[in-house]
Amino acid sequence: MDNTEKKQRQVVFWPGNKVVAEAAVAAGCRFFAGYPITPSSEIAHVMSKRLPEMGGKFIQMEDEIAAMGAIIGASLTGQRVMTATSGPGFSLKQENIGFASFIEAPCVIVNVMRGGPSTGLPTALGQADVMQARWGTHGDRPVIALTPSYLDELYNEVIRAFNLAEMLRMPVFLLIDEVLGHLSERVEIPDPSEYELVERPRPTVSPEEYYPYDSSQGDVPPMADYFTGYRWHTTGLNHDKTGFPTTDPVICQAEEERMERKVSGNLELIEKYEEYMTEDAEIGVVAFGTTARAALVAVADARKKGIKAGLLRPVTLWPFPEKPTRRLGQRIKAMIVPEANLGQMIYEVERVAGCNGPVVGVNKIGGVPIYPGEILTRIEEFA
Amino acid sequence: MAVSYTKYLRMYHMPHMWCPGCGIGIIVKAIIRAFDALDWSTDDLAFVSGIGCTSRAPGYLDMNTLHTTHGRALSFATGIKFARPDKHVVVISGDGDATAIGGNHLIHACRRNIDITLVIVNNNIYGMTGGQYSPTTPVGARAATSPWGNIDIPFNVSELVKGAGATYVARGHVGSGVQLERLIRGGLTHKGFSVIEVLSNCHTQYGRRNRIPDAIDLIEHISKSTVSVRQAEKMSPEELKDKYAVGLLHQDTERTEYCDDYNKVIEHAQLER
Ligand SMILES: Cc1ncc(C[n+]2csc(CCOP(=O)(O)OP(=O)(O)O)c2C)c(N)n1
Ligand code: SF4
Repeated sequence: MDNTEKKQRQVVFWPGNKVVAEAAVAAGCRFFAGYPITPSSEIAHVMSKRLPEMGGKFIQMEDEIAAMGAIIGASLTGQRVMTATSGPGFSLKQENIGFASFIEAPCVIVNVMRGGPSTGLPTALGQADVMQARWGTHGDRPVIALTPSYLDELYNEVIRAFNLAEMLRMPVFLLIDEVLGHLSERVEIPDPSEYELVERPRPTVSPEEYYPYDSSQGDVPPMADYFTGYRWHTTGLNHDKTGFPTTDPVICQAEEERMERKVSGNLELIEKYEEYMTEDAEIGVVAFGTTARAALVAVADARKKGIKAGLLRPVTLWPFPEKPTRRLGQRIKAMIVPEANLGQMIYEVERVAGCNGPVVGVNKIGGVPIYPGEILTRIEEFA
Repeated sequence: MAVSYTKYLRMYHMPHMWCPGCGIGIIVKAIIRAFDALDWSTDDLAFVSGIGCTSRAPGYLDMNTLHTTHGRALSFATGIKFARPDKHVVVISGDGDATAIGGNHLIHACRRNIDITLVIVNNNIYGMTGGQYSPTTPVGARAATSPWGNIDIPFNVSELVKGAGATYVARGHVGSGVQLERLIRGGLTHKGFSVIEVLSNCHTQYGRRNRIPDAIDLIEHISKSTVSVRQAEKMSPEELKDKYAVGLLHQDTERTEYCDDYNKVIEHAQLER
């Protein structure tokens, strides 16, 4: 990027939750429904102010289940929609998240992760919803979860979350943690000319020729907005291309497989990761979110000590970046997996890395971040 | 004028899945007649439901239809209406769907006074799942999960929604389709949250267990349990025991509507900006 363009960028010093809200507004979000929960509430605070200013709608629902229902309803009218929550609320939303996945309604769900199970540690960080994001709702369905580590990146990932949700007609999770939600740092706001806002595919055929789940239109069939003459039916029952219920096993299988292909067939679009000194690495580190910031320092410190460490940082956590993990895994002596939980992402690393050496977790809970020194100690152990 | 039902029905989805004689058919007919009387375009109508026998209704109607999760229909409907206040949003819900699992959404929709019409099909039972007792099953009645008689005190649905702030509350029953159509039409034209509770027959799951297994007999039984609002006013609480007043029970045209109120928020926010 040349300097003239850079000058147009507004530079701000914002907390992460405000970045989420402002980026959502920039991404065209005009409908937000939520229910207060620490450490995500500031997102709702900003949305309740900003959306009416933009002619959009903010509503505080009676619980997270209702908030999830409301955004799906609004999405069906063609709006770009979002909700934000934390662990307990994320659990409550799961049934309706499955519904959104199955009727293929675009929506963005932010989970500012706290520590612990149940009410846990409301005001402290955790990264323990990795598997809930993947498997939290019943049944099979594709999943996208984005896990940025920096606030600059967060702004862009929010925009990407909306675009992916719209392009692929599905819920997209933004999994951040309490630390990223609450820390303030310098953010360069990209000028709207620097990114594209992609709309969901909409039908070009007449209502008479329209099928809401028409696989002949590709794996992401066009979606008609409600009240535009298409009068289509939406149900959480297994359905065929017309949208009406079916129990035909062949159709059920074909339709669920098509849904899975929206992700497995679009990996290039969805996958995003960053590698740091992995080229010649002998010790690999895989970390996401704010833990990856500590891991980066640990890897740099290891290098200073002459240890060839390298970091793989998934920015898209789901689908898991299998190829780079395997590429790294097959070259190294040991893989270190720090995460603020008792070991969740490590299952994926073990599954895909094909690592000859050990795959070792650095697991810290209790609401305190993992420090670079703690990761470095493990790196040194296996160097 | 004759109503063209085929204009509203997705005939290609017939036959429907309801038991022969189920009251839901009578209620859907009354809803169609009300739509027809108002001459609303089906393009401008969203018909939303949760889960249950009742909740299968939207699938048969040719409009924007949404069959959601159990108990949650009102939250989806709220999203649709709030996003598009210029369109009509109607919800149909069973007694379990609306007042058990969906009870929280129900009272809050009432409180918000958002311009949605809710038809509650009160058949005193969980029909679809095999006849378990619901929040409206009478004390003593048998259900699949109350083989010794139900001990739970039932909700008075209409009183519940009135107390929660619904600004139009009516009760009808499947024994009088003409009155039902009128009450539903009143709800559709009312600006604000309107509820029409409909006493309905589930002879298959409720009647069979409570010695009224025939559809017509059960509809007659329901009809006999009703008194008009006017009659009810003259009756003592003693006489009203086990009776249901039918007709328009409550209407408040003074209270402002939620989406209108939010439009004022938008105006305010844009002025201050
Ligand atoms: C979360 C959830 N819990 C339970 C069920 C099972 N279930 C389906 S329909 C139903 C009750 C239906 O009763 P009601 O709402 O009274 O409607 P009716 O079938 O009588 O019309 C239940 C419990 C479900 N689908 N989802
Ligand atoms: S089970 Fe009851 S509510 Fe369901 S269709 Fe049959 S009669 Fe109607």
